[in-house]
Amino acid sequence: MVTAGIDAGNKNIRVVILRDGELVARAAGTGGFEQCAVARQLLDRALAQAGFDRGAVAHVTATGAGRGVVAFADSRLTDVTAAARGGNHLFPGATTIVDVGAEESRAVKTDGRGRVLDSAVNEKCAAGSGGFTESMARALGMSLREFATRSLESTARIPMNAQCTVFAESEVVSLIHQGVDPKDIARAVHDAIASRVASLVRRVKVEGDVVVLGGLAHNAGFVRCLGENLEVDALRVPEHPEYAAALGAALVAAGRVSG
Amino acid sequence: MSVAGREFWRWSEGSWVDPDKDWRRAEVVTMGVDVGSVSSEAVACLDGELYAYNTVRTGASSPDSARAAARGVFEKTGLSAEDVRFTVGTGYGRVNIPFADKAITEIACHGRGANYLGGPAVRTILDMGGQDCKVIHVDAGGKVTNFLMNDKCAAGTGRGMEVIADLLEVPIEELGPRSLDIDEEPPAVSDVCVVFAKSEAMARLKGGWSKNKVIAAYCRAMAERVSTLIGRIGVEPEFFITGGISKNVGVVKRIERILGVGARQSAVDTQIAGALGAALFAHTLYLKGRKGAGP
Repeated sequence: MVTAGIDAGNKNIRVVILRDGELVARAAGTGGFEQCAVARQLLDRALAQAGFDRGAVAHVTATGAGRGVVAFADSRLTDVTAAARGGNHLFPGATTIVDVGAEESRAVKTDGRGRVLDSAVNEKCAAGSGGFTESMARALGMSLREFATRSLESTARIPMNAQCTVFAESEVVSLIHQGVDPKDIARAVHDAIASRVASLVRRVKVEGDVVVLGGLAHNAGFVRCLGENLEVDALRVPEHPEYAAALGAALVAAGRVSG
Repeated sequence: MSVAGREFWRWSEGSWVDPDKDWRRAEVVTMGVDVGSVSSEAVACLDGELYAYNTVRTGASSPDSARAAARGVFEKTGLSAEDVRFTVGTGYGRVNIPFADKAITEIACHGRGANYLGGPAVRTILDMGGQDCKVIHVDAGGKVTNFLMNDKCAAGTGRGMEVIADLLEVPIEELGPRSLDIDEEPPAVSDVCVVFAKSEAMARLKGGWSKNKVIAAYCRAMAERVSTLIGRIGVEPEFFITGGISKNVGVVKRIERILGVGARQSAVDTQIAGALGAALFAHTLYLKGRKGAGP
């Protein structure tokens, strides 16, 4: 049986294809305005990779902020449930799952088997989300990869006063003007985001293994700062953290066919 | 699509001198300097009356921004630093103005400045600055009786408006009038976060909305947010708006509509209210000091 999960996020769209519960293909692209058309193209691309045609797909489940726009989906799923299912599929038994997206972040408490027990979502403010790193890296003239690795080299702690990403951007510019070492600024930015995300995680309580999902999980600088803030030695990050929600949706799709 | 080198958020700096007054005939010249997060203003008062002002964009250093603001007043009027008897600093950079004799909070200064510009009947002041937004209640003497402020979030601030001007590539001074040049009032974009409002604005542009309609949706979001803040301590007429956003007719008209209260008009740019209040306090303090020192 073939199922598909589509995660239509605020910025990117990701597709995962499962065959009998096994991941066989994935695809990603920028959503833009034509979210539904892009989702369709990505689905076709992933299916072509796996060697299936559209008729082979038994069920498509959409998640993410733009899930309502994916008109051809057979069912829809909240971001929280998708993160729980995807996170626990990758790390069975982990009970604290953190998902940091481009504009939203969420912390989910699960039973370790993908069932949601509690959750907290940051939906009123962009501080504590991934999009922030992109504009800050640009301000520092670094690539995202460089922004992450340089921050790891920093041993200084510079507090950021601004809580709002718009104000933080000006603060970063003034730190640059003051001649502060860019690696320390990079770390300060990651610390600021981590402290916002950590306060979300504490709302659902830090217990057991902590899994980090979403595009920002690729950023080792952020992951270090989050670990320090939560006082957790090793956060669990999967190989493709940005596909976890789409994976969760595809797993739920499989359950909806057989169930 | 971006026009190379053009910075749409850049509001124009400016100065003004009252042509009917002559500082050489004045007994006491005082100065107020307001170093805000986005703009810095210097105001000169002659015997407790507004005489001249100058507005500049705040740079990386508070002392330099304060000096630049004051320099404009000196150049336009022929005054020099020695002619000024007392200087009060205000705004977020107030403790960092080397030539100020005293620092006073911007809340007290806006109360005093609005009382001068709007008259003693003013009871509620909305100060919409670059980085925060305040609601201030004052008595007939301009003394603060209560206030509320939002300083953690760019939504509802001048900085937020600059972000939208840049995004839409529309000069910031045109945003207000253009937001009123629409067929029908659109629903507001997110009023909780500028970053979210920005994504929404972009999506609506791509969805075929005209720029004016998107600007209207943003001005409305800002007006709604600010009105919620005002609602928390209430609006008692007369109502007066100060700060840079007071010049955005699109936001002002919508706030008036939501609250059902008209804002009192001022012939003078109300962005200087804080610096004006500081200069008026400087006058009072100077007289007090002179009296205390004895003849």
